[in-house]
Amino acid sequence: MGIIKAEKLIFDYIRRDEEENIEEVDRAIDDLSVDVEKGSFVAILGHNGSGKSTLAKHINAILVPTEGTVWVSDMDTADESKLWEIRKRAGMVFQNPDNQIIGNVVEEDVGFGPENIGVPTDDIWKRVDESLEAVGMTAYRYKSPNKLSGGQKQRVAIAGVMAMRPECIVLDEPTAMLDPNGRKEVIRTVRELNQKEGITVLLITHYMEEVIHADRVIVMDEGKIVMDGNPREIFSRVEELKGYRLDVPQVTELAYELRRAGADLPEGILSREEFVESFIEAVSKTAPEKLHAPMP
Amino acid sequence: MAIKVENLTFIYNQGTALEQKALDDVSFEIPDGQFVGLIGHTGSGKSTLIQHLNGLVKPTGGKILYNGEDICGEGYNLRQLRSKVGLVFQYPEHQLFEVDVISDVCYGPRNLGLSEEEVHARAEDALRLVGMKEKYWDQSPFELSGGQKRRVAIAGVLAMNPEVLILDEPTAGLDPRGRDEILDQIEMLHKERGMTTILVSHSMEDMARYADRLLVMNHGKKAFDGTPKEVFRHYKELEQMGLAAPQVTYVVHALRERGLEIDEDITTVEEARDALLAVLRRPGKDQHA
Repeated sequence: MGIIKAEKLIFDYIRRDEEENIEEVDRAIDDLSVDVEKGSFVAILGHNGSGKSTLAKHINAILVPTEGTVWVSDMDTADESKLWEIRKRAGMVFQNPDNQIIGNVVEEDVGFGPENIGVPTDDIWKRVDESLEAVGMTAYRYKSPNKLSGGQKQRVAIAGVMAMRPECIVLDEPTAMLDPNGRKEVIRTVRELNQKEGITVLLITHYMEEVIHADRVIVMDEGKIVMDGNPREIFSRVEELKGYRLDVPQVTELAYELRRAGADLPEGILSREEFVESFIEAVSKTAPEKLHAPMP
Repeated sequence: MAIKVENLTFIYNQGTALEQKALDDVSFEIPDGQFVGLIGHTGSGKSTLIQHLNGLVKPTGGKILYNGEDICGEGYNLRQLRSKVGLVFQYPEHQLFEVDVISDVCYGPRNLGLSEEEVHARAEDALRLVGMKEKYWDQSPFELSGGQKRRVAIAGVLAMNPEVLILDEPTAGLDPRGRDEILDQIEMLHKERGMTTILVSHSMEDMARYADRLLVMNHGKKAFDGTPKEVFRHYKELEQMGLAAPQVTYVVHALRERGLEIDEDITTVEEARDALLAVLRRPGKDQHA
């Protein structure tokens, strides 16, 4: 069994009136089972309200299942005695960088978590050093978080999670409030943690460009997993994605449109380079005379 | 000529150690009814610029004219300006506060001193314009989804009947469908009401699709000003400013470098599709098809 496993997970948001009578039940997760392999990079897509954030909150026991079970490193998240152990193993990064930074100085903020769980002082500093290094923020350690850009703040938040020495990081739309540069910074950092440190990553996002490097893409709709595969498989199903209110990267859409008009291009093109190569090949078959020396 | 900005300069904390020039000699004119995209990386001065346009911030130097009048001139009615130049901030849903949707939208027009009937008529109009169905009007705005909250917040500004609508990243944090719905609605408002629209966004794809004109800010200065096609020709310079052109524009340039004759001014998927299909077809062979 993988590092994270959910079996027949159901979660209901229950609204009660003043007398505690149930007023409304809203099923956010509907009989979902999933198994995440240790060390993998998994992206979760889905429109607003599809249940992806609710799922994320189950992974570090902010929410516990209404029915079914979630295990993190073989620990049942519903077992209260394991709560702190689970949160140490699975760290979370949220959307708004300003809501998760508390320290006056970057290094203080990063050290907050380990200090809270009683890590000895020397060890705290060691963890702070390593975490800041891992997210490339060492140069900013004595700065005030207020002076940082959005992308830098998110990297500090990620360092704070890393200082807990987690096995897994869950990021819930970490780039939604960032500009394109900040977005790239954060995604690069997360990929590095996954590749160099072997941290399992669960990335929830709306930006399809951030998904193309994942090992696995899960699409959620109405509290269920509706698509599950590698990026190429998922992005070759353009119509289906659109049906779930999702986008595809522009090059993927362009390739799809051309295929539909009869062009001989492979399915599920994800990058610009791939597109250019495939297209040149298609031209060399149908109209080679158009491939002449580069224009000046 | 609705908005004219002349040699606008703004310095934060002037005369202190924290002095910082946010706008540096910026000039432009926006005629009535134009759809202008405003782009620039974080800290380039975009937000400071739009705050000047409805008088929230006073210039350190230079002038802003609205319909020919200097908005910083003595006796100029700033209150009236703010009802004509509506500004939708980033994450406007954080500013919702009333008990139900309709009251929230009524708040602005009521402050203009209109009759209660007129206030309600405007609020209902505005809610319909943003596509909020009647069944939501009596609900608490806090129970709505993110995209719905945002529409209510935009309706609150529209209920002031502005002549100019300025939106600061109205789609941040929304899912793709929510984004398209909001942008399509803004485009419709722009077309139907002829409202001058200024849209701040980081999405070059959206800019290519919606804007008539792009203003690019960089380090407090106006770096480029032209149609999206003109501006995206400078994709290399845009990159140095931390910006980019739409993905398809890069594809087109890469194919041109490989020797294919394709119009370099392609900025949308539809244009790219048509141009690339033409390349794949042999002249003469497919013409009868």
